[in-house]
Amino acid sequence: MAKSNLFEGVASVPGAPKPDPILIADGVMRSFGGLVAVNVDHFEAQRHAITALIGPNGAGKSTFFNLLTGFDNAQEGSGTFNGRPLQGMSSAHVARSGMVRTFQLTKALSRMTVIENMRLGAQEQGGENFARALLAPLWRNREKEITEQAEELLTRFKLIEKRNDYAGSLSGGQRKLLEMARALMSKPIMIMLDEPMAGVNPALTESLLDHIVALREQGVTVLFVEHDMHMVRRISDWVVVMAEGRIIAEGDPHEVMRNQAVQDAYLGSHHDTDLFEERS
Amino acid sequence: MDFNDILQIIISPTTAAFALAAIGLNFHYGLTGLLNMGVAGFMLIGMYGYGISVSHGVPAWLALIIAIVGAILFSLLLGWPTLRLRGDYFAIVTIAAAEIVRIIGRSQWLKDWTGGNTGIRGKDFKGPFEQLSPFPPRLIRVGPFQFHGTLSGSWWLILVGWVLVGVFALLFWRLNKSPWGRVLRGIREDEDAVRSLGKNVYGFKMQALVIGGVISALAGIVWAHGNAISPDSMGRTTTFWIWTMLLLGGAATVFGPILGTALFWAIYVAIKQLAPIVLPNLASTQVEPIALAAVGFGLILLIVFRPQGILGDKREIALNG
Repeated sequence: MAKSNLFEGVASVPGAPKPDPILIADGVMRSFGGLVAVNVDHFEAQRHAITALIGPNGAGKSTFFNLLTGFDNAQEGSGTFNGRPLQGMSSAHVARSGMVRTFQLTKALSRMTVIENMRLGAQEQGGENFARALLAPLWRNREKEITEQAEELLTRFKLIEKRNDYAGSLSGGQRKLLEMARALMSKPIMIMLDEPMAGVNPALTESLLDHIVALREQGVTVLFVEHDMHMVRRISDWVVVMAEGRIIAEGDPHEVMRNQAVQDAYLGSHHDTDLFEERS
Repeated sequence: MDFNDILQIIISPTTAAFALAAIGLNFHYGLTGLLNMGVAGFMLIGMYGYGISVSHGVPAWLALIIAIVGAILFSLLLGWPTLRLRGDYFAIVTIAAAEIVRIIGRSQWLKDWTGGNTGIRGKDFKGPFEQLSPFPPRLIRVGPFQFHGTLSGSWWLILVGWVLVGVFALLFWRLNKSPWGRVLRGIREDEDAVRSLGKNVYGFKMQALVIGGVISALAGIVWAHGNAISPDSMGRTTTFWIWTMLLLGGAATVFGPILGTALFWAIYVAIKQLAPIVLPNLASTQVEPIALAAVGFGLILLIVFRPQGILGDKREIALNG
């Protein structure tokens, strides 16, 4: 499943340069009071690949995620996304420039219907301007396009029967699917998934994995945070391991699990998980 | 009990003014989830803006613009520091700001402008509006209703007040059903989710705050023409009444604020009339406090048994959820 030819010749070392990086971070530091949550010297994510960001609890993965997506501000450091500098860019601006994220705790807008959730994800709806909103003919055509696009995605994600239900009535896994589908409404070039499998039942996990792989096939770059090593191994092309705010290892998913530093980092907090055993 | 009084209060300019204020609050809370605890402050800004201007010889149309600009500036001033913060901060700041407006208004410091605690008398600012009345200047009886043609709580004010209610209810309907309204409803649910979808949340919240603020200011002007400009009748109680009206009718609905306001006043007048009958030993000064207590009790019952209000959809918005 992996598409490792993208990473030919890339060294398995922290901060390794990639042939065609879409997202680059340099010297990113974020501390909360005295605690340094993230201290990453260099990070690159390869375009058109699925990169997994793993690490034990408290490794700073989510904070790093927030920094990259503009939901938090680093004290030091810089970054670029698709050639554009990320400093000072608001989270909304980051999303508009093509990098859309999802959340660990799903943020389906539960008191809006599924289709309304989807429509909200679309860009370039002139009717979101106050003055134009008053004149329906100015935005009705775009609304129709958006609705068609939304229904297509809902069909793909098998949520079309839920079209007119309130998102609050969906199961946890369906909400994850909805959140991912909604993120795709803006036709992003990169999607950032924060623990996409958390709290999802095994049957839905399969379909979520398929969707993530399908995204890569469509040319979307994926970066995701995940705890479940089996999932990481199955779909990711490249794995970046964080511990105590730093990137401690990088490499091919099978290779990186054998890295001593990774094993040590995980054994500290996950000594009872069958992390390194291949599942048949 | 005098049913005429109840019918009379339902169509009165005061009810129209409160319905207008409830529609303004509906833009804040119902649509956007902003906990504006200072609605009365916005109303005061409107009535002072208009009343002070007119009483100093400014033409009515310009006074109206001054009042609207005042409400916009007040909204921007309140929203600028608070809309980036969590919702509770906005609530605290609005309740304080409304009190600041009222206390400055009633202080002796600006007495020459605001009239201090006695406010601005009707005859100093109502003239230009009353002169525009197309109705004859005498009491006019239509069915069970009797109002003056031009003065104070007149048919003219009723007409203007309810037309404004209709216009802004229509505006709410149009905007709520538009992509603009959808973004705001998204913000009401979860700001970060909307931000992650590339929307400028701060800008949208500011727009909603300004629109609701301007509507509340207009409500203040309508109210003042039916009564007078008096800072002390626009205190916290007024704000909580407007909240009760909105929640009673149903937030985030088009007709909720209107139904809620009409029902509120009908019940309020009915309680005031029934209290001396049920409790014959009641002193006349105790009637008002009893009606007020009943309003508070009613709000509690509402939250417990029907948090979405009469017209609201529990799946969409509820006070306790």
